[in-house]
Amino acid sequence: MKASLAAGLAGVLFAVGLGLGGMTDPAKVVGFLDVAGAWDPSLAFVMAGALGSHALLRRLILRRQRPVLAQSFALPTTTRVDARLVVGAALFGVGWGLAGYCPGPALVVLPVGGLTVVLFVAAMVAGMGAFRWWESARAARTKALPG
Amino acid sequence: MNTVLLPLMGGVLIGAAASLLLFFNGRVAGISGILGGLLSPAPGEAGWRGAFVLGLAGGGVLLALARPQSFGAPVVPGLGVAVVAGLLVGFGTRLGSGCTSGHGVCGLARGATRSLVATLVFMATGALTVFLARHVVGGAP
Repeated sequence: MKASLAAGLAGVLFAVGLGLGGMTDPAKVVGFLDVAGAWDPSLAFVMAGALGSHALLRRLILRRQRPVLAQSFALPTTTRVDARLVVGAALFGVGWGLAGYCPGPALVVLPVGGLTVVLFVAAMVAGMGAFRWWESARAARTKALPG
Repeated sequence: MNTVLLPLMGGVLIGAAASLLLFFNGRVAGISGILGGLLSPAPGEAGWRGAFVLGLAGGGVLLALARPQSFGAPVVPGLGVAVVAGLLVGFGTRLGSGCTSGHGVCGLARGATRSLVATLVFMATGALTVFLARHVVGGAP
């Protein structure tokens, strides 16, 4: 219960940060990606603020033995740069450039953004489901192969 | 204010929110990962994931009331393109293990090479897509 409350509060704060920063305005996002047009650099400052504050705070937080409401810190351990990472990031970038929404802002805009955003988020969840299906089908095929 | 200070402030809040999730829940605030994990959550995982996603949407409602100018109109030329874009974002972020928050903020703050590569790649293909859509297909100046 407490862990859900804390996560919910983090979500609200994250949303407010995205909104103030301009990430929930797709024209601003596309303006930032439009390096050959009237480039809008403001989102670089969102990135700088987020990176700077989180890099500093995470150092202090990770001095603790464990998080306040969980048994341990769950941090990514993979270090391999592989084709999955690069192809996945590339596909994501194309979708981001087409619509101007990445996953966080899309969820923030969802309750107030109208049909376009509802369809975008529904397709995003479907894409995530398609990935799960593709991965399990792939795992089954690998297992079925002899040797 | 609107091109430097406000975005910087928004960014600091994003960093603080990611830190809050790490401090209390011990989790990385990668939004595609949190949402993707809701599709078939491990035992005990649905609560905090669902609450974080609801918090994001609830924050959207608060913003709409307090600062409606935070939202601009959609820029996609049609609903079909919105669906294609959503599919690419959903599939791509799961295949690449992260998005702007997980790789772009949390991963870079950790100094992860994987996240640096992912961030450079999605920025590059995002910029290329906008270039093609606006200046080649769209013919905008």
